[in-house]
Amino acid sequence: MDSQDTILNDEFEKRKVVLGVKMTLLYSLVYAGFVALSVFKPTAMAGRAVLGLNVAVAYGLGLIIIAVIFALIYNILCRFPAEQKGE
Amino acid sequence: MAIGVFVVFVGLVLGVSYHTSRKASSVGGYFVANSSIHWGVNGIAFAGGYLSVASFLGICGLIAFYGYDGFLYSIGFLAGWIVALFVIAEPMKKRGTFTFPDALNRTFGKPGIQLAAGLSVLVVSLFYLVPQMVGAGVLVEPLLGITHYWGVIIVGTVVILIVAGGGMTSTTYVQFFNGGLLLTFAAILSVAVLIRGVNTVDLPVEEGSRGLESYRFAQMAIEKNNGVPEIDMPGARITGRHAVMDRYTDQESVVFFRISRPVEASLVDEGTYTASIKGRTPRFEAAQAEGSGWSIEAFDGHPAVRIEDWWRLGTNNDGSHVLLETQYRAVSPDGSTLVNGAPEGPFNRLRQMGYVSEIPADYGESTGPVGPLRILSVLSDNSTVVRQPLNVTFSSDRNEQVTIYYEQPVKGSTFMRPGLMFPLEARQGEPPTTTFLNRLNFISLMIGLFLGTSALPHILIRYYTVPSAEDARKSTIVAIAGIGLFYILTMYLGVGSIASGAVNPETSNMSAPLLARSFGEILFAMISGIAFTTVLATVSGLIMAASGAVAHDLLGNLTSRDYSDHAKVLAGRIVAIVVGIIGIILGISFRGMNVSFLVGWAFAVAASANLPALLAILFWKRTTSQAIIASILTGVISSVTLIALCPDMWARYGFDPATAPMPINQPGIFSIPLSFAVLIIVSLATSNNIEKHQVAV
Repeated sequence: MDSQDTILNDEFEKRKVVLGVKMTLLYSLVYAGFVALSVFKPTAMAGRAVLGLNVAVAYGLGLIIIAVIFALIYNILCRFPAEQKGE
Repeated sequence: MAIGVFVVFVGLVLGVSYHTSRKASSVGGYFVANSSIHWGVNGIAFAGGYLSVASFLGICGLIAFYGYDGFLYSIGFLAGWIVALFVIAEPMKKRGTFTFPDALNRTFGKPGIQLAAGLSVLVVSLFYLVPQMVGAGVLVEPLLGITHYWGVIIVGTVVILIVAGGGMTSTTYVQFFNGGLLLTFAAILSVAVLIRGVNTVDLPVEEGSRGLESYRFAQMAIEKNNGVPEIDMPGARITGRHAVMDRYTDQESVVFFRISRPVEASLVDEGTYTASIKGRTPRFEAAQAEGSGWSIEAFDGHPAVRIEDWWRLGTNNDGSHVLLETQYRAVSPDGSTLVNGAPEGPFNRLRQMGYVSEIPADYGESTGPVGPLRILSVLSDNSTVVRQPLNVTFSSDRNEQVTIYYEQPVKGSTFMRPGLMFPLEARQGEPPTTTFLNRLNFISLMIGLFLGTSALPHILIRYYTVPSAEDARKSTIVAIAGIGLFYILTMYLGVGSIASGAVNPETSNMSAPLLARSFGEILFAMISGIAFTTVLATVSGLIMAASGAVAHDLLGNLTSRDYSDHAKVLAGRIVAIVVGIIGIILGISFRGMNVSFLVGWAFAVAASANLPALLAILFWKRTTSQAIIASILTGVISSVTLIALCPDMWARYGFDPATAPMPINQPGIFSIPLSFAVLIIVSLATSNNIEKHQVAV
């Protein structure tokens, strides 16, 4: 790896870390919303949401499914540019 | 059959340990499997090590008993992996060689960091180890018919052989094996639950091949005369009463009546009678009747046993009263035990309790096979009624220690939302402070679960078993997918247990095995065997982490000597044996403590001790070595101290929990910010005399 590649690699590593922090914060917000709703409006969690599920089940399952989707998106975005181009 | 499956599984894992022991002769081989594990295998091993008995048996049981509140643990346990993937995985792999203290100390090279972090790993591992060993003991008694004592010894011995023999390689393959089995059989059992659907009338038989018919608890209409029920049951009379008082309104919330009644008996042998009591057929030795709590008499021209059992007072929608049959166990001062009025024994044990008694009218008595969303929709419907198993313990007027197990009707819409286990809503008459503390306790638990996962030593150590940072990332993604799938399946196993009436009222931990038994002995044997490999997989990971901490991080720094590779591996093996023996002793000593509860504490200690230091070393250039050490020690000491002073521990010491110095049970909401604050303050105070270190950003 020459110096140009090293610089690119360092830049990419930094971008990856920033991306990870941003995605963590985003997920934390969704998680905090779930905890807040459970604590302050538990009765609202019994209301109907989507596909016949109540808010509690839909939100809870959603948190797990979103975690898997986030993980897959992160993996795609974390591939080194050269790898993404298939070089 | 369960014993057979257990023996086969133990044979397999010991075979793996023997086969891989040759690879464990070097330091790299013993502690991190030469960093040669494929990311896919590592990902499933992550799942196999992480999904402990608390996840597998604990959560299924909590969902069966408390509905949605049990699932909250699933959500918290899974959400923490997001932090592990996005923030910790790759930087940890890049910075460390063998252990997590390595990564923390890479920049500074200070023995103090290695010592503090090594100590933290040891404390968290032991905190996590205790519930696993207790869980092992809890499992063996009903599943294999051997005592708690021997169960813990067998599991401890097998784990010592796995870790001391094959090191990280054998630990990895045992965890991989367990992860694969857990996912496969949880999926099979979930599909079986969906095919069965929800049935309000015909519950499956209890006790598998013994074909014990399921039992519906009776109820009888009564008239109340001056508050005393008039019972229309020949020869019956009321002999006692117990009321549970609401501590805020000072009113009776649940009332039980003890009824003495004759039950027709038949002679099975000279002087030995039997009678059908709640579907069981206990034996009564006439010679032992004196002072036993039951008697033999002639009633209506037949021999009969007169027993006593407890019935709960209930009120119908129209205001009329009923007495609802319950179950109970009473232990006399002399140690003799009655179950439902008859001697406890192989013919007389408590029945399974809890089921779904009403579902939306469109379905009639049964839904038949349902889809994965439909079953959750049916159970959370407002017209669904779940009979939740509850219990109350008290000292009777005869100085017996009585525990009554009863069913409480709960609407599906309440069962499938938060609140049955965590009292989040203000109850009538409850002081605002109590409501606030209940909510704070819940928030603290959810924070601890979210932040604790990525700081657990047996998880962190697995980042070093793969060749590269990219592999560490990919294996974490495999782990998230596998663990996420498993936690979704826990919902079906939990609701499947209550919908099938497969709940042991004495212990929630048996719900998943009992659900499996309702589908036949083969599934029961497999699930029981998997429960054991789950203990083996988690405990071997914990002992491996503790072994690395002592042999790699503590030993050299404490003695200020450099040890050869051979000496380090030998030390690692000796530590594995010692920690395993300590685990066996603790597992026996802490018998009876709640498994999931202790695991929640381990997460809080890990998050308090390790996470602030980890994040600081990765993202804050002004972090100093003194701050890392101070933060780790503050996290360990504060979280462990707060746990020691919390209401639940206070009650265990024999004090009134209301007087505990720490008002809530979960320490994370205090100890995690405290550890962060100490880290920042000490860093700023000591930043003049340090060199800036390289951070991840």
